[in-house]
Amino acid sequence: MQEGTVLPAQQVNRDLLRSILDPPGWFWPVVALLGLIVLVAFGAAGYMINRGLGVTGMNRPVMWAFFLTNFVFWIGISHAGVMLSAILRLSKAEWRRPATRAAEVLTVFSLMTAVLMPLIHTGRPWRTIYWIYTAPFVPYDFARGIWPNVRSPLVWDPSAIFTYLTSSVLFVMVALLPDMAVLRDRTTGIPHRIYGMLAMGWEGNSRQWKFQIIAGILLSALILPVFVSVHSIVSWDFSMTVSVKSWHSTIFAPYFVIGAVHSGVSAVAFVLILLRQVYGWQNYIRHEHIDGLARLLMFVATAWFYFFFMEVIFGFYGREADEIALRSFQFTESPWNIWMMIFVGSTYFLPMAIWLVRPARRNLWIMSIACISVNIGMWLERFLIIIPGLARKQMFTFDWGTFRPSPVEIIIIFATFALVTMLMLLFSRVLPLIPLYDIKEGDILKTEIQIGRRTVPATFRED
Amino acid sequence: MARRPILGLFQDANYAAEAGDALKRAGVDQGDFDFLTDAPYPEGAFGERHERHRLYVFPFLGALVGLTVGIMLTSMTQMAYPLVQGGKPILSLPPMAVITYESTMLSAIIFTIIGIMFESRLPKLKKGLYDTRITEGYIGVLVNTEEEKLSEVSAILSQAGAVDVVRENQDTARA
Repeated sequence: MQEGTVLPAQQVNRDLLRSILDPPGWFWPVVALLGLIVLVAFGAAGYMINRGLGVTGMNRPVMWAFFLTNFVFWIGISHAGVMLSAILRLSKAEWRRPATRAAEVLTVFSLMTAVLMPLIHTGRPWRTIYWIYTAPFVPYDFARGIWPNVRSPLVWDPSAIFTYLTSSVLFVMVALLPDMAVLRDRTTGIPHRIYGMLAMGWEGNSRQWKFQIIAGILLSALILPVFVSVHSIVSWDFSMTVSVKSWHSTIFAPYFVIGAVHSGVSAVAFVLILLRQVYGWQNYIRHEHIDGLARLLMFVATAWFYFFFMEVIFGFYGREADEIALRSFQFTESPWNIWMMIFVGSTYFLPMAIWLVRPARRNLWIMSIACISVNIGMWLERFLIIIPGLARKQMFTFDWGTFRPSPVEIIIIFATFALVTMLMLLFSRVLPLIPLYDIKEGDILKTEIQIGRRTVPATFRED
Repeated sequence: MARRPILGLFQDANYAAEAGDALKRAGVDQGDFDFLTDAPYPEGAFGERHERHRLYVFPFLGALVGLTVGIMLTSMTQMAYPLVQGGKPILSLPPMAVITYESTMLSAIIFTIIGIMFESRLPKLKKGLYDTRITEGYIGVLVNTEEEKLSEVSAILSQAGAVDVVRENQDTARA
């Protein structure tokens, strides 16, 4: 699978640094619009903090709702990034080259956005300093000898996220060094000095390249187990809760991990399509790359569907009264049953129908629809796990409840999408979202071989 | 004897590799020249020497530090505030394992990054001879040699196919 032509290094620099050295005219108006949406959300969050959580739709028994749904959603998106990058690097998949950086950066920004959600959800964000327990030497009321309870998954969660965020940022920074040097050589004045400082004196000698390559492989191998642990631990926020019947399930960890990969890889595919269109990177993000991602997604989606099916069937099979009450709520009561159908259809059946057809996989509009559809579905999945579980948490019907989101919650959720888009755009304004050296390396290794009467493109690969 | 750098710029990897061979034949020590590129070439493509390193020690060392910190953090904090929950032991291993695992991995990754920086000899504070054309796809052969051998090395580089030979104090050197 290799459709691109070999491009000279100057053209690769010119094309891939266009977003930095020659930004398009729409750039700042779009960023301003997104910034405005984010500001409105900050206003909404400020209003909520001032007036209390009563302005949200949360009420007993549904005390975890939109914010935590969104938290799990963005954690899920963050998983694609490094996972995709790490697995493709380790397997030396040639089509990884344009996808890795965007995936890694999406990881960092979606993780940052995810972390905002529980902070807002607390209603008193300033008190969350006590959560930052995993960072050494942050005081946790030493004077009274009080320490966080390490037996609580709500303590495991920040420790896992902190590890994943730190690792992802370092991973991105190391891979950026050679591209910083390219920017250092193409800029003047203050930008030149800043890029020069960030490039740390990179000159591209044999030793530096050797360790850059080893770094990619070694860090990938180290981050993969962290990636698996993070979403497992996020799932344990729910599944370790004995009192909520539908959450207390052993299948949650793998189910959440595969769901995260499903939504995340779809998000990366969509981001790549967007980048191709807005920056004119047709030579770099080609149909073969999107096709490759779609094929990977077919496997991931089916694995996800298997876990989803197991989760539901286990719930029904036990025929326990509270579990049946919950399933009845999810599958028979309106509008939850409609959401359920939309969720399953948009997460699995619609995208699978698209991905099974080769021309559809190579049509960027259709692929965009499939990727957005998966993410709508995956957001609904978390919503339909969290809210119905709490709404039918109690045994007696007079303790049952429901949830209706308030405008404050809707604004904040909507703005998180604007925030991630804005951060991605701002990143693309200062640093390349496609690794230049990776593209150039791919071009160096490209060749053509004669097989019988046919000349086919090929790529050398080192073991 | 004063040593000076000289940089030959090549458009073709084969010519750069031939320049390396010619330098070796002329008695230039392999440690005295290097190849500067804008992308990773397969190891040994220019006949460069094998670089020895101890990078793999760093993650293990980091993991050991993280493991120790994780065990101490989880056990000592629980001992400091011994609250029994659900009849479970104060030092309950499964939850301790979760946090210890994260601290182990975090420390292993941080030490790996330190190792990569150390082994790559970065940050490089002293600016050497460089040409911005390297990030445009040219291959630089950077030679450090005695001052009186500069002309000889320059001739070797030119004969091997260098499109330009750059010496110190020229405008093309990095600012």
